[in-house]
This record gives sequence, structure tokens and C-alpha cells, in this order.
Amino acid sequence: MVPPVARYRFLFLTVRQDRRRGLASPTIGGVPDKLMTEDEVVAELASGMTIGIGGWGSRRKPMSLVRAIARSSLTDLTIVAYGGPDIGLLCATGRVSKVVYGFVSLDTIPLEPHFRVARQTGAVDFAEFDEGAFYLGLLAAAHRVPFYPTRAGLGSDMLTMNPDLRTVASPYPDADGHHEEFVAIPAFDIDVSLIHMNRADAGGNGQFLGPDLYFDDLFAKAARRTFMSCEKVVPTEELLDEGTFHTLKIPRLFVDGVVEAPRGAHFTECPPDYGRDEAFQREYAATAKDPGAWAAFRERYVDAPGHEAYLAAVDARGGSGT
Amino acid sequence: MSAPAPATLDEVCAVAMAEAFRGDGEILCNPIGTTPIIGGRLARATFEPDMVMTDAVSVLAANVLPVGDDDAPRLVEAWMPYRDVFDVVWSGRRHVVMGASQIDASGNQNLAAIGDWRQPKAQLLGLRGAPGNLVNHVTSYWVPNHSTRSFVPTVDVVSGPGYDRVAGLSAFIRDNHEIRRVVSNLGVFDFANDERRMQVVSVHPGVTVDEVVEATGFELLVPDEVPESRLPTDEELRLIREVIDPHGLRRAEFR
Repeated sequence: MVPPVARYRFLFLTVRQDRRRGLASPTIGGVPDKLMTEDEVVAELASGMTIGIGGWGSRRKPMSLVRAIARSSLTDLTIVAYGGPDIGLLCATGRVSKVVYGFVSLDTIPLEPHFRVARQTGAVDFAEFDEGAFYLGLLAAAHRVPFYPTRAGLGSDMLTMNPDLRTVASPYPDADGHHEEFVAIPAFDIDVSLIHMNRADAGGNGQFLGPDLYFDDLFAKAARRTFMSCEKVVPTEELLDEGTFHTLKIPRLFVDGVVEAPRGAHFTECPPDYGRDEAFQREYAATAKDPGAWAAFRERYVDAPGHEAYLAAVDARGGSGT
Repeated sequence: MSAPAPATLDEVCAVAMAEAFRGDGEILCNPIGTTPIIGGRLARATFEPDMVMTDAVSVLAANVLPVGDDDAPRLVEAWMPYRDVFDVVWSGRRHVVMGASQIDASGNQNLAAIGDWRQPKAQLLGLRGAPGNLVNHVTSYWVPNHSTRSFVPTVDVVSGPGYDRVAGLSAFIRDNHEIRRVVSNLGVFDFANDERRMQVVSVHPGVTVDEVVEATGFELLVPDEVPESRLPTDEELRLIREVIDPHGLRRAEFR
């Protein structure tokens, strides 16, 4: 028997050797071409859909796709996310009728101010979950089971705030013969998920190079269709240039389209490519209290016709940079 | 060696927070907020060396890190992305310290909203992880602004359930639910009595029991003898001031 560590080493060597011999520039095999633009992704969406968005707070959010939705005519969307400026922006531009979330935060600004306005004015319906319970809603959808059980929510107002949530008794008795009661977290019914990766190939194999994948793989698996933006599209044979195969957590099985969007997560962070643009985030946050400033921000950045125009506006602003 | 300058309130609170972790052993010490983080790292640097702690991003760091220093070298001992944190929560091997915008006599905590949650007067952080934390592992609270607005008769929303709320739940939950300590800028509190009601453990130096009672919007249990919260040792002061919080971030919560 080869010990596991040695087997892994052998696998790495094999991959490198194959590439040296040119086997990863296939004449037989290869991946499909799923490249598309932000606007082509939006054309696949419809009003009333439920959209899952990957990332976490103000971290690695597919912001070029979010802005493309924000300037579209889509309405009545339900957004499912560990929320950040994706939820704030889509609420503030009137695209959303309901948000399903574990939290909505800008990290360095603890509460998303545009979301706060939407909640306090009653502009959107909402379903708020314990952060771990939210994970189980994604997991159940990914596994195509109707629910996963958890104790999270028992005793708290999570059940009060979500009157449709049901509990379920364990079919197995515990040591004392009791059938313990659990909250049954229903599978999230997601039409389309949007995620942003550091690298991807044209076939939809995605790679994260930062400290945390968050739940992006589950968003991809939980949705009927998934569109993935990335900092850079690379040939499949270059996917191992910047990270080990452990970073290839989004297989193309779960991806329907790929959008190349350099700085596509701006102003959220996307390490190691860039950190959060804190100055820009502060400017965005401040517009929640100032309708005039919001109108100007929206015209200049949100309604910029496409991602390149947005980046040009960001760069023209000066003083921050990524 | 000259004696260090006397301890200030922020340092007394950090030590009170550290004391909440005494006896925890090899669990994930997961304090949220500057004073709780300093307390957790202080406990780990002194009497609870086996605890594991995150770098507040995605790894467990085996060295005691200074607060607020993103570039401090980490002695990485494990990868701990957010998904794995939930696994630790559900394993029970965790002691979290959260804030509380409101807390009541049974330890019910509100982080979610002020007013009616359907359309709140003030949307706050939300339920966050509180519902899952409380039914799985030990929890403590840090409330830097002790007043009748934060220590209230009834919380507007229950994020983390208190003792009255879990009394009717399963044996598993009752066995795993524990609110170890509530530390405020005025004193230290716990629920170690038959009624499971908040009681005074100690008051910080310079604070009277009457002041604490006055600043609390419900009836606190007050023992006949209320000690003063313990002062940091010279070594603890050195660790706080030179190693864990060299830039004095701890004072920001006390302005």
C-alpha cells in the first residue's frame, strides 16, 4: 500500500509531467465554450425569479452581474444570499420584492445601510435565518431533499419571524425514548445563482484563490442554472498555475455561463487579486441617507453602460483604487 | 522592574471577559468584539493555553495575535473557513461571546431589531448565528453600555434564547445551553441560581451595587455580599498593553 501522502505527491507530479508533455493541450477532449457577457446573463433572467448570490457580506460578490441586474427592467426578484452590497444595491434600485438572508453586512460597516432603509420602510418582504440554518437551506436544495433538520431556531424568534417554518420529530428515539423535535429548514428554491471566482476556464470550471470559498459551490449546486463571473478566464491547462487542485471547487457540471469581469467584485474584496475598496464602500454607504447623493451615485456607477464604463468611472474618481 | 500603571476600566473588563473562559480547555474560543477578543486572547496566553482561536478571517492561529493587526504573522494550525465554523458550532466545542443590544433577566438577547420586527424602528444586525449558538454550546455576552435601554424587562426580538425560553425544549438543548457570563461596563453577571435569573457576580472598581441596580431595567438578584471585580495582575497588564492590544483599541468602546 502506498501511504496517502505519497499518493498525493505522485498525483501532483503526474499533473505536472502531463502538462510538460503537452497532454493538457488536448486535441481530444477539452471543455465547452460557455463565455458570455453580463447583459447576456441578464437576458436569461425574468421578473419574479429567485436569484441566489454567492460571496459573503462585502466579500467576492459578483458585482458586475449585480449592477447589470440593477440597471435592467427586472422586478419582483427574490434574492437569497449571505448579503452585502448585492442586496443593498438591488433593494435601492427597486428590483427586489423579497430577500432571504443569513445577514446583510458590509463587514467594516456592520449593517448594510441601503438594506436597513428597505427594512425600516417596509419596502421589501423578508425571511431572516440563523446563519447556520441558512447553510442548511442551501445544502438541502443542492441535495434535492425537501429539508434538513437543525436545532437552530428553537427557543428564538426565528420561528416567530418565519411562520411557515415547520418542526419535525426525529423518527429515532433518543436514549430516554424521546423523539426530539427539530426545525425543518426547507430547501431554497433558487432559479439562478450568480457567483464570482478568481479564475475560470471557458467551460465553467471555477477556481477560488482567496482564504474562503464561502458557500459558492452550494449556490451553484442549489440553483437550476448558475452563471459565474471571474477575474480572468484562463485555458484549462493553466488552472493549476496559481493554486492546487484543492482550489478547483466549482466543476463545470454546475455552471451554465462564464463572464470574464476583471475587478468584477469591486468594491467588495477579492483576494489575492485585490482588497476591498473601503473609500468607495464608504461613499456608497453614505448615499443611503442622502437621496441626492444616491441619485448621483446611481447615475455615475450603477447606470454606467457596462462593466468597462463602470471601471472607467471608478478610476476617474481617484483617491481609492484597488 | 517598576510596577505598571494602575488598571483602567477597559482592562478590568478584558480580564472579566477572560475569566468567562476559565476551565474551557480545548474548545474554539470565539469572542466577537474588541474587548471580548482581548479577553479571549488573554485567557489563552495565561490560564487556558489549550483553547484554539481564529485570526478573524479563515485560519486558526496557534500564536496569540495582536488585535486589529491584519499583517501580524500567524502561526497557522488549521484552515477554518466559515462553513467549518458551523460544524464546530454544531459539535458543541465552542464558547462564543456576542454583543446584546438588549438583554433581559432570563438572558434572552436581541441583536436583530428595535420595535416590531415586521417593520422595525431600527434594523440591527439580525439573528446572525445566535439561534444556533445558544442551543449548541456555551455563550457569554459583552454589553459595553449598561443602561435601562440595554438591560430591559422584555427584549423586542429574541436572537439568542435565554433560560426561560429553553426550559421547555429537549434534554439535549437544556444540557448544551449555558449563558456563562454577562460582562458590562459596570459589572459581571451570571445565572447560577435555581431560578436561572440574572444575578450580580461582581461590580467593577468604583461602581456601586446601587448604580448597577439603577441602570438595570429589571430586578437583578443581588447577593448579600457583592465583591469587586478582580484587578488584572501585573503580567496580565503587560500582556494586554504590550502584546495583545499595543495600540489601545480597547479604549474605543469606553469613550
